[in-house]
Amino acid sequence: MDIFDTFLNAEVMRRSFPMLLKGLWITLQLGISSIIAGLLLGLALAMARLYAVAPLRFLTRVYIDIFRSIPLLVLLIIVYYALPFLGIRLSPFMSAMSALTLVSGAYTAEIFRAGIEAIPKGQFEASAALGLNGRQTMADVILPQAVRVVIPPLTNNSINVIKDTALASVVAMPDLLKQATQAQALSANPTPLIGAALIYLAFLWPLVALVSRMERRFAARRR
Amino acid sequence: MTFVSIRNLRKYYGPFEALKGIDLDVAKGEVVCVIGPSGSGKSTLIRCINRLEDFSDDSRISVDGIPVATGRALAKVRAEVGMVFQSFNLFPHLTVRENVMLAPRRVRSTSRADAARQADVLLDRVGIASQADKYPDHLSGGQQQRVAIARALAMEPQVMLFDEPTSALDPEMVGEVLDVMRDLARTGVTMIVVTHEMGFAAQVADRVIFMDGGQIVEQGPPAQVLSNPSEPRTRNFLSSVLNH
Ligand SMILES: Nc1ncnc2c1ncn2[C@@H]1O[C@H](COP(=O)(O)OP(=O)(O)O)[C@@H](O)[C@H]1O
Ligand SMILES: [Mg+2]
Repeated sequence: MDIFDTFLNAEVMRRSFPMLLKGLWITLQLGISSIIAGLLLGLALAMARLYAVAPLRFLTRVYIDIFRSIPLLVLLIIVYYALPFLGIRLSPFMSAMSALTLVSGAYTAEIFRAGIEAIPKGQFEASAALGLNGRQTMADVILPQAVRVVIPPLTNNSINVIKDTALASVVAMPDLLKQATQAQALSANPTPLIGAALIYLAFLWPLVALVSRMERRFAARRR
Repeated sequence: MTFVSIRNLRKYYGPFEALKGIDLDVAKGEVVCVIGPSGSGKSTLIRCINRLEDFSDDSRISVDGIPVATGRALAKVRAEVGMVFQSFNLFPHLTVRENVMLAPRRVRSTSRADAARQADVLLDRVGIASQADKYPDHLSGGQQQRVAIARALAMEPQVMLFDEPTSALDPEMVGEVLDVMRDLARTGVTMIVVTHEMGFAAQVADRVIFMDGGQIVEQGPPAQVLSNPSEPRTRNFLSSVLNH
């Protein structure tokens, strides 16, 4: 039997393609909403981690460490299968998005913190001496400079979030991977899986290349 | 009339006492130059005036009658006190004009158009009107420091603090910055200037303060402190600076 008929069967691919597209759409929805929510959570955590009163600062550190340690799959299964025992019943989408956001927020917080700490102390002092308050200093002086530093690692983190959306298939989310496995079962042929892999690659490879380019550019500019 | 009043100012870094109970009054419009060896506490002293450095609770500083405390009142003091740093500390992501506009826009809610007009007037006054649309990185050190002065002046401060404003500059650029400061002194702004430029102190200061070991050792008119100091420590310091 021809290897192409097995793994890249044109007929199977054609038939399963609409299913894969549907899955892709859900994967993108899940990925992008988790990335955005994770960014907001991460920024809030970074502020608390750096500037909150001591007990809150400590709690934030604990949060960040816990959610960077826990395997995402474990967290996802807890959210989907364990929380209902507490009466908290989330849809597959909300379960997956919560788990992805909680973890992404922890990583994002550390990225923002590193970015803010990379800004020279003189920038904070000049802002304070001019009478800017803490919020204005962040919004107008520090974050616009930190963003340049944090864009490569944030993009990296976003790539990870999109990759991790594949885990959502275990809580019955009809995402790209789930659709591919179903199409595979229907057609008794692994071609849809290969198709899904190619779609992931088509989306993520350019992003990976972009990060490498940005990192090289930033490294060059730093001299 | 006393404008800046400092009473029993003590500052500790851990167990180390960097300022050992400073008393100082500066009158409105007075130009005070602070000199002294490295590590004597000059920077710490002027950084306490706008509370960039915290100080002990029994110390008292007030500016225009407002106590330099933490909280809301501090913002009011900082808006009245301009500061120029040795390392300029311009905002690199903003153009020269935007650097000058930022604080009036945010702190005083000045309109964009008014802030831009005011910025251009100030940039003209410090002689860099033609660079307004450039980013700080593209300016020479002397130009950057003049922008920093314009940025501080945009808040129309009653007092200007300078912490060795020419020490990071190439020698050929020192003059242009001192010229701007000399002009500023003539406008009646109260100035406290930490400097190693003895010529500037001699010519512009109403009073020279010599610090050593976290204390004011000697102070008086420049003719007295710089030419005829009474303290041996002052004499030593001056001879080491002048023989440099
Ligand atoms: N952040 C700090 N931590 C510990 N010691 C400091 C700090 N800043 C200044 N000092 C010490 O305080 C003393 C006075 O410093 P400073 O005011 O910078 O002196 P000057 O400006 O006269 O050179 C020095 O002995 C210096 O080492
Ligand atoms: Mg100093």
